[in-house]
Amino acid sequence: MSKRKPYIRELPRDWWMKQLFYTKYMIREGSSVLITLYSLILAWGVFRLSQGETAFNGWLEALQNPFAIILHLLMLILALYHTITWFSLAPKAVDLWIKGKKLDDKVIVAAHYGAFAVLTIFCLLIITL
Amino acid sequence: MSKTTEKTYKRSHEPVFWGLFGAGGMLTAFLTPVMILITGLLIPLGIIDQHYFSYEKIHGFATTWYGSVIVLVLVALPFWHTLHRIFHALHDIGINRGRDWQQVICYGFAFAVSVFVFTLLLQMLTAPSLFGF
Repeated sequence: MSKRKPYIRELPRDWWMKQLFYTKYMIREGSSVLITLYSLILAWGVFRLSQGETAFNGWLEALQNPFAIILHLLMLILALYHTITWFSLAPKAVDLWIKGKKLDDKVIVAAHYGAFAVLTIFCLLIITL
Repeated sequence: MSKTTEKTYKRSHEPVFWGLFGAGGMLTAFLTPVMILITGLLIPLGIIDQHYFSYEKIHGFATTWYGSVIVLVLVALPFWHTLHRIFHALHDIGINRGRDWQQVICYGFAFAVSVFVFTLLLQMLTAPSLFGF
């Protein structure tokens, strides 16, 4: 049995609230919780879809609840925050070299936002077909 | 005389989960906002008329082979991203007891929901008259 008493640095529970950088990091991580919730709502929708028309319409109706609207608004804001953080990290992952020159970070980020805009408009169009 | 000490490396399973995390993160970044906008706001508020999201239309789409694959990816893949983050965030907020089990529960949850959605879609694809009328 070891007699040593290692020093364990204390970590206060609110360490991430004392500095903006860490707070933003935790908001990003926290967005996962609401995106999980949204995906669960969708998974539930697939379940209701498999049960037939009445069940599916019930699911659609539940989404009209004011509480559901507010929840989705909040989820949308956090999902967008995830998008922003994901795109700002994109240059670290892409790292493109063209003719011995590294592609500018700004170009990569802008390309992501461009693709995001195109995809969003595409989805809105395809749903109204 | 050379004596080589052989070290055996245990292959990590991290790349698999990290790959799913990355793919889910991509999907979440590009498509989740517009998905929330459509299913959570525009359709319920009637800005896009509900007949664009009717049972016939969605069921018809989800019971084609390509439609079921698209629905599966859109619904299930984000879980592999978010549960990975939640698993690591548990450490960040100082919940360090039973990390092994936390990992099993987190990835297990993503796996369970994926199987749930996969099964439902397969059922609709192969036996559309089972639950319909």
